[in-house]
Amino acid sequence: MSLLNSKLRITNSIQLFNYTLHLADTTLIISHRNSEWCGHGPVLEQDIALTNIALDLLGQARNFYQYAATMLSVKGTQPTEDDLAYLRDANEFKNHLITEKFNGDWALTVLRQFYFSCFQHFFYQELQQSSDEQLAAIATKSLKEVAYHLRWSSEWVIRLGDGTEESHTRMKNAIDILKDFTDEFFIMSDYELDLITKNISVDLNNIKTKWHQKVKEIFDEATLQFIPSAHPQSDGKNGLHSVHLTTLLAEMQILQRTYPNSVW
Amino acid sequence: MIKKELNKNKIINTTFIWQILETVCDPEVPVLTITDLGIVRNVVIENDIIKISITPTYTGCPAMDMIAMNIKLAFIEKGFNKIEIKQILSPAWTTDWMTESGKKKLLEFGIAPPKGNAGDITKDGVQCPQCKSIHTTLISEFGSTACKALFKCEDCKEPFDYFKCY
Repeated sequence: MSLLNSKLRITNSIQLFNYTLHLADTTLIISHRNSEWCGHGPVLEQDIALTNIALDLLGQARNFYQYAATMLSVKGTQPTEDDLAYLRDANEFKNHLITEKFNGDWALTVLRQFYFSCFQHFFYQELQQSSDEQLAAIATKSLKEVAYHLRWSSEWVIRLGDGTEESHTRMKNAIDILKDFTDEFFIMSDYELDLITKNISVDLNNIKTKWHQKVKEIFDEATLQFIPSAHPQSDGKNGLHSVHLTTLLAEMQILQRTYPNSVW
Repeated sequence: MIKKELNKNKIINTTFIWQILETVCDPEVPVLTITDLGIVRNVVIENDIIKISITPTYTGCPAMDMIAMNIKLAFIEKGFNKIEIKQILSPAWTTDWMTESGKKKLLEFGIAPPKGNAGDITKDGVQCPQCKSIHTTLISEFGSTACKALFKCEDCKEPFDYFKCY
């Protein structure tokens, strides 16, 4: 049973609610994937680095969920950020598909984080100008953190791409695996298109070129080639997901689903 | 009971509130108080309620909830229990708000304070808190907490934490 199937009233615009949820879900899911590396990183320092990035992203997700929760009313009471994270089903999640993909090896994780940090870097710069004050405030705050994520992940892409034959091959494999999942950063959902007219959401056309330029700059240094996708996958924002998300949620939500309202 | 007496005597004023806030430490960097960190943004008294606005350092900083609780405890200890703590995001916290005495305390504690201003993500010329050499190398962008990076000193060979600019 999902939270959103129960008697629910959205006290704000449905588009703003969906958009905020999309931003929350995307940051939560990539945070969760990164946190799965805890205790498994290649060396202690990098294990700590990736889990710290996961923590930053979790903090960003919390800010978005807290904001989304203020727009809701279920049977007269207000749900919390936890309800939104733990009591929704996969088809209600609006994260980018790239964020839910299994971690694979270190190369795949690092490349995904690089693509994502690069996206967030330009995205938050734009979201700072949003006419929605809360979204703008979260963007300004998060942008400071993303600067470090982007540098860390860029350096890893360069180190592995321009490293040994083995590490270069692994980066090439990672590029191939993720090639269909980066276009979604720039394909706009209905709720995003609607909110552009109110200057709330980011016009993703404005950041597409910047993203590609930055990726090329780092890839050139890493002796890697970007592969454009022939079959872009893009419906994560609308709730169409792969089994990757289902298994992630099964693990992440099990406690609240099995023992509702348990606290510790 | 104590609270009432204090209220009658009009001892609650913002100066006194700030004095109490100056005793609350950051649980993760206990050498710093929350006023050293610059996270207290506003203090007002409205209808006998003390309203304090604090701003989170990093969005995911797990210390924030504990800091809010420690603030409440500090006031309860002094006999005030009508306290409201609000977290505000804007303007976003920056290491520029850390006081000079706070930076000095960090250095004495063995943590290199932020070098430069907000947004300056340089990793060159960070000074070793032990031997003061600037011949240092970044080991990891992220240290024991999200707000710190891990460095080592090439002269005295000691590893150390650096509080990053934010």
